[in-house]
Amino acid sequence: MISLSRTNRGAIAEWWWTVDKWTLLALILLMVVGAVLTLAASPAVAMRIHLSPFHFVYRQAIFYPPAIAILIGVSLLPVRQVRRVATMVFLIAYVLMVMTLLFGPEVKGATRWLQLGPIAIQPSEFVKPSFIVVTAWMFSEGMKSRRFPGTIIALALYTCVVAVLALQPDFGQLMLVTLAFGAIFFMAGLNWFWIVLLAVVAIGGAVAAYTFVPHVASRIDRFAHPASGDTYQVDKALDAFHAGGLFGRGPGEGEVKRILPDAHTDFIFAVGAEEFGIAAGLLIIGLFSFITLRSLGRAGEETDPFVQLSACGLTMLFGMQALINMAVNVNLMPAKGMTLPFISYGGSSLIALAYTMGMLLAFTRVRAGRQSASATVRGVFA
Amino acid sequence: MARKPKAHAASHTPLVLGHDIISKPQTIRVDGVRAAGLEASRRRINFTTIVVAGLFFIVGVRLIELAVRGSGDDSRIAAASINQAIHRPDIVDRNGEVMATDIVTASLFVDARYVIDPQEAAHELVGVLPDLNEADVEKKFASGRPFIWLKRDLTPRQQYAVHNLGIPGLEFQREQKRVYPNGAAASMILGMVDIDNKGTAGMERYIDRTGDLLNKPGDLTATPVSMEGESGNASSGIRDSGAVMLSIDVRVQYVLRDELEKGVEEFHAKAAGGMVMDMYTGEVLGMVSLPDFDPNNPNLSDDNAHFNRMTLGVYEMGSVMKTFTFAAALDSGAVKINNSFDATHALKVSRFTISDFHAERRWLTVPEIYMYSSNIGSARMALAMGRQEHQLYLRKMGLLSRPRSELPEEGDPLVPANWTDLSTMTIAFGHGLSVAPIQVVQATCAVLNGGFRIQPTFLRRSGPALGERILSAQTSNEMRELMRLVVTNGTGKKADVPGYPVMGKTGTAEKAGKGGYAKKKLLTSFLSAFPANDPRYVLLVMFDEPNPTPTTYGYATAGWNAAPVTSKVVQRIAPLLGVRPVDQMMENPLIEAKLVTNGGAGD
Repeated sequence: MISLSRTNRGAIAEWWWTVDKWTLLALILLMVVGAVLTLAASPAVAMRIHLSPFHFVYRQAIFYPPAIAILIGVSLLPVRQVRRVATMVFLIAYVLMVMTLLFGPEVKGATRWLQLGPIAIQPSEFVKPSFIVVTAWMFSEGMKSRRFPGTIIALALYTCVVAVLALQPDFGQLMLVTLAFGAIFFMAGLNWFWIVLLAVVAIGGAVAAYTFVPHVASRIDRFAHPASGDTYQVDKALDAFHAGGLFGRGPGEGEVKRILPDAHTDFIFAVGAEEFGIAAGLLIIGLFSFITLRSLGRAGEETDPFVQLSACGLTMLFGMQALINMAVNVNLMPAKGMTLPFISYGGSSLIALAYTMGMLLAFTRVRAGRQSASATVRGVFA
Repeated sequence: MARKPKAHAASHTPLVLGHDIISKPQTIRVDGVRAAGLEASRRRINFTTIVVAGLFFIVGVRLIELAVRGSGDDSRIAAASINQAIHRPDIVDRNGEVMATDIVTASLFVDARYVIDPQEAAHELVGVLPDLNEADVEKKFASGRPFIWLKRDLTPRQQYAVHNLGIPGLEFQREQKRVYPNGAAASMILGMVDIDNKGTAGMERYIDRTGDLLNKPGDLTATPVSMEGESGNASSGIRDSGAVMLSIDVRVQYVLRDELEKGVEEFHAKAAGGMVMDMYTGEVLGMVSLPDFDPNNPNLSDDNAHFNRMTLGVYEMGSVMKTFTFAAALDSGAVKINNSFDATHALKVSRFTISDFHAERRWLTVPEIYMYSSNIGSARMALAMGRQEHQLYLRKMGLLSRPRSELPEEGDPLVPANWTDLSTMTIAFGHGLSVAPIQVVQATCAVLNGGFRIQPTFLRRSGPALGERILSAQTSNEMRELMRLVVTNGTGKKADVPGYPVMGKTGTAEKAGKGGYAKKKLLTSFLSAFPANDPRYVLLVMFDEPNPTPTTYGYATAGWNAAPVTSKVVQRIAPLLGVRPVDQMMENPLIEAKLVTNGGAGD
């Protein structure tokens, strides 16, 4: 075990004593589960498209060390530094994201990717968490000073991000950004008039997407009326859950991974549940809900509005992505192109998630002025 | 807007109303106010936390539900399993003989991305599978697509040959294929499946439509009861295997088809049909409609061969329908068995003339009208009963509505829209009402089994299944006498079998064509039951447009074709069904009828 004295004031020692070790442990566990499931699911997919069986496994494996380095490295930073990094990443990634519209190759009808040397990245993955931190900053500044138009800036930034996402188009990310943005807006004290108004706008947007974007309409139709179209992936996923039962068919015994094109990405949850049973499925749900609920709880104890809003926004980004992916897998929602954080295959996504959760860990570190301390302060001044 | 009064009080800054989207304390400089703002955020965070926790919970519950119960919509999943043929239950006859089963075969497809030389590969493949078109195969090989079917269901020998070619890109997919070991014998009952093993006709389609059939095999596949020592091959494993047990007896089915086929050949008939039904249980023991098809290769036959004449086709059956007129008239009390009717002259109604084929030109008693098949007498009897009563009885006997057996191929009877007295008169002798032959058999069961309605079925029943009483026992007994009389003294003499007395009624209908009924185009039938001393099985034999032969002295009426074929069928199936032969035939049908009466409906 690492032995660090509590009186040691070095950066590492301080990090070790203040970071949310349980969440860190849960994140590492998720990555382990991800590695196991990638081993389970991806060889079948690789062989089907005539790559070497461990193509995806190797490609994923090389991203683990940098991902863990980024996760811990970012969580070491003090809040002010995190904000600075986030702002810079936001600006760079936003520019890259706009470039995807101009130069990005078209993959499955959308331009979301950018080829940077040997690696392909999806800039929107990095825009998302940075945007949340910057927005939280704007809201909190607006709360400090009446003259600072924080809310207006936040809404303007939101519009810019959403516009590019809609043009790519990437409605999954758009929905996530909107949910996380809405959550911090709500937590920042949005009054009920605006809540209702924005809800109406969101519903209007959804209806517009359904009306004007054919592939959104077809996905929703297929969910609502399974007979109307091809629900092959979802049907196979449902079969997989049933076939898996409580403890699964056993490692390597799964069938669904041989059939589903997205077995290693969008439907990895179904693959896991088929081979290792709902026991594994519940473990995964447990890990995600643990991280999400615990982080929200810790954020609630913060006294600094910026830290509070940032932590909540990042948590929502992470938690909602996991929820939506799993809900699609169990057919509670229409199909969305959304991966399961830390578990689905995808290097760019893994790095971006490490960055997201690194920031979250940085925000939820124990520091002076937290609830435990402020309670006494409140007690004195109330 | 929503503003904390406390914050208001603490602040001296003037308020600017209307543009503060976020309700917030006026200043964070006062620590108490700041704490209140944080408290509000905290409440909203807590609220969000609860919502998120709820969503995770729902996903978890749904996961458990899926694992335990499945998706709950099996049909959708079945439809989505494109490449995996559905596993079907075996179909067995009443004694456990396999009538349909699945075997595993291999189908050949090509992953065209691996084909090196399409032209040469196509040439080689067609060399071992000569029924493929070489140009077509070459096009598929050159397409570059990863999955194209080449041929379904290869025999092991073909698989071996293709395998030995060693052409890269050729691959096999294991599939289930439906096999019918009895070939065409029971095709009209079993129906068929399509290339993906889905039922498209007959009992196969019924199995698919009855989704829960497989879940409760006990109901449909009762362990075979050994009936009169004919149990034979009935193995105890049938129930466990989940096979579907039919009411059919394969041996009866074979005999019926064999004799009908010979009949079609002898009389050069266009088509033929036959059916055997147990009058107490409603079980169909055999049903044949010729021409038929081989369900193993259903595409080799034309539409005509897929048409089930016994359940889907509806016909004006002719004189056999007099049976129901008589049963109705006797049961209603309007006519007594010893009444007489005037059949001296043809009966003129508006522009129609009803006349007799075997004209006696005198007053006839009720048994004579039946025995000589007098149209005039039947029409008068129906009139004596009245058209409403007539209609009511026909309806109760099931002749005016679809029989609703398990077979999907069922035709609706053609009932006159406007049922006049003339309708009643013509329907009395079998014209003006078109029914499916299975309805005739069903109604005859009720007439002869003591008067109880039965529901026809193609599934095995464990015992008698008598429905409501529609005729009195006395009517039933009188009808037994009349039908026996036809065979001993009337038009159906050629139907009798020494040792296995037969009772029945001939029917020769002129087929309706353009501009009226065609004299030369006949639909002949013989409706019978055996053994006459204790009737249990109803048998209908029917020929479509039979021709006269030298041995029939130029006649093509039912007595010359359907009746003798009935005799041949009964000769062969009565022993199979365990009917005990009668030692000596009794000469006087009335004495025999009395015995029948005393014997009662029996077991």
